[in-house]
Amino acid sequence: MGGRLRALIRKELLAALRDPRSRMMLIMPPLLQLLVFSYAATLEVTNVSIGVLNRDAGRWGVEFVQRLEGSPTFTEIVALQGVPQIQTAIDLRQVIAVLQIGPDFSRDIEAGQTATAQVILDGRRSNAAQIVQGYLTVIAEQIGATVDAEHGVQPLAIGPIDRNWFNPNLEYTWFTVPSLIGMITLLASLTITGLSVARERELGTFDQLMVSPLRVHEILIGKTIPPLLVGLFQATVFVLAAVFIFAIPLRGSLLLLYGSLLVYQAAVIGVGLFVSALSQTQQQAFLGSFLFAVPAILLSGFASPVENMPEWLQIVSLADPLRYFLVIVKGIFLKAMSVEQVWHNTWPLAVIAVVTLSSAALLFTKRLE
Amino acid sequence: MSMPGARFGALLVKESIQIVRDPSSILIALVLPLILLFLFGYGVSLDSNVVRIGLVVEQAEGPAEDLAAAFQASRYFEVEVASDIRALEDDLVAGNIRGIVVIPATFDRDFGSADGRAAFQVIADGSEPNTANFVQNYATGVWNTWLAQQAANGKGQTPVIALAPRFWFNPELASRYFLVPGSMAIVMTLIGTLLTALVVAREWERGTMEAMMATPVGILELLLGKLIPYFVLALGSMALCTVLAVTLFGVPMRGSVPALLAISMAFLLPALGQGLLISAATKNQFVASQAALLSGFLPAFLLSGFIFEIDSMPTVIQWITVIVPARYLIASLQTVFLAGDIWALFLPNIGAMLLIGLVFCALAARSTKKRLD
Repeated sequence: MGGRLRALIRKELLAALRDPRSRMMLIMPPLLQLLVFSYAATLEVTNVSIGVLNRDAGRWGVEFVQRLEGSPTFTEIVALQGVPQIQTAIDLRQVIAVLQIGPDFSRDIEAGQTATAQVILDGRRSNAAQIVQGYLTVIAEQIGATVDAEHGVQPLAIGPIDRNWFNPNLEYTWFTVPSLIGMITLLASLTITGLSVARERELGTFDQLMVSPLRVHEILIGKTIPPLLVGLFQATVFVLAAVFIFAIPLRGSLLLLYGSLLVYQAAVIGVGLFVSALSQTQQQAFLGSFLFAVPAILLSGFASPVENMPEWLQIVSLADPLRYFLVIVKGIFLKAMSVEQVWHNTWPLAVIAVVTLSSAALLFTKRLE
Repeated sequence: MSMPGARFGALLVKESIQIVRDPSSILIALVLPLILLFLFGYGVSLDSNVVRIGLVVEQAEGPAEDLAAAFQASRYFEVEVASDIRALEDDLVAGNIRGIVVIPATFDRDFGSADGRAAFQVIADGSEPNTANFVQNYATGVWNTWLAQQAANGKGQTPVIALAPRFWFNPELASRYFLVPGSMAIVMTLIGTLLTALVVAREWERGTMEAMMATPVGILELLLGKLIPYFVLALGSMALCTVLAVTLFGVPMRGSVPALLAISMAFLLPALGQGLLISAATKNQFVASQAALLSGFLPAFLLSGFIFEIDSMPTVIQWITVIVPARYLIASLQTVFLAGDIWALFLPNIGAMLLIGLVFCALAARSTKKRLD
């Protein structure tokens, strides 16, 4: 019995890893994805162009423009000559925003009145535009402080002092790299599982397996091991890259990370087996896995926080393994999450794994009869 | 080359029947676009609605109590009050709250006093950088509004500079308005690249591609016969998405339908060309599926300016985005829906898409032909 299972696992591993091109597809692309997407997937706004229409002759208008030039957010300051140019610059996406300083700007400031500057922003990119607006507000406040100091006005209060726990400089890669570990292993495990069963179906060898003395659960274990090993291997490479290439602190326990990773993978592979039990061809298996993966990624909290979604979608996301794993992987990397809190996010994964694996087993047994 | 109409017509009919018969094509052309549109319309929201935070007031009297009330009244925050920060730390680690505002006992004494050192702390969960930014921006907003109120009551000063922001095209700042058109680019990529790559790779795997090549059908005819039905399918899917975007999600359609059609058709050349190239180069469904995911779907999602600003990416990655056709489609789609017909923007984008498309098609034709020798 043990020998039979071992032979089966050996066969499955050979089938998954024998073809050099498939082997390449399992290792190179995930690494490339990690490198390219870690740097690309940032909601931070830097290096944008901004237009300035300065109709103020005084020193404070010039001061504002100089402070823009000194800011790392804006690489290009486009000096506009007139109002019609604002329209063109925004329409053609040459600039994300235009700062318009009126002729009375400096006079109002010197007179001790509030000076107003208009900011026109490109609502086609409203998220980035809002962040740009935030930067401009900070610059305006800094100029205000300078003015106050010159006029000898005492500030009333310092106001908010910002602190970011777990990630003091709000490095985006600290967020994306751990998240990508979850996303990329999801895609890889799903497709390997789905396609390996479907390929055997297309070739007719799956029926041979089913009529062999092997039991259904043995076949399932055989199909589970290769994606599990490949996923573990990929995740290990990613964790090493996260720590040594991206210099992300690994503050929690590595053991907890691997433990929860195994449960997460069991849940994902269960979904893959379930999908492949339903599909007849490789194409269907691939599309079926894809149909699961896209919502799983979008509802996981990676693109936008789960709590921002409408109530009913939050309920749907309870069935999404990635949702839990993202909390775990970010929690272990950045927040040194405790066993208790990791467990709080791991048991739902175990439930998903049990449900999907047993329904896949049920579907396969049904086909036997 | 000669292309007798009847033969080509028969070929088109055959390919179209193959698509209609296969349930997976329907899945990807109809079901998946609907799911994507719904998820981007309802699920993914970059607008930060209400953020849950903790609030610690060490001494609730005078200005501190007043400021705390301002935080509780803010429509941006849902506030959980505690008298000690230790009661909230676990919630921050677990992600139940996204920030903690701490108003110290010294705030009362310092506010309005001569040295002006009244300060409070805004702690944000840095493991979610985008939300952390919002927490701090909102907290600053609450503070500034509160300060202005104090000034109105004669207890403070007015700001030196006020910014009057105006958001063109999207004054409500609904991220849905640019996410829904963007998701159409993903749909077009799925049909054009992913589905085409898979289907044609299967034909190579099964040898039916070689069988067709042995017939008098020319290679150009053969490829066109494969591509035209997917072209039509993608445009149909686009039409469906447009109708839903406008009617269900209330996305404005400020441009014209001919402009939308021109943009979409231009995009399909590189999308289909890429699908064909992947299938001809891999001739294996598994490898083709991974290659299409990696070079089609993921770049359309992550490297196109759909969610993440291209300008903010490192220079090397900005160079890679130049050959991602979805980049040009997304800029054009967001404009045609939200801004209107700006041909000075469409034409360079259409030109770029056609150029990339021609390169892909030429490469695809070459690797198809090579196989025959």
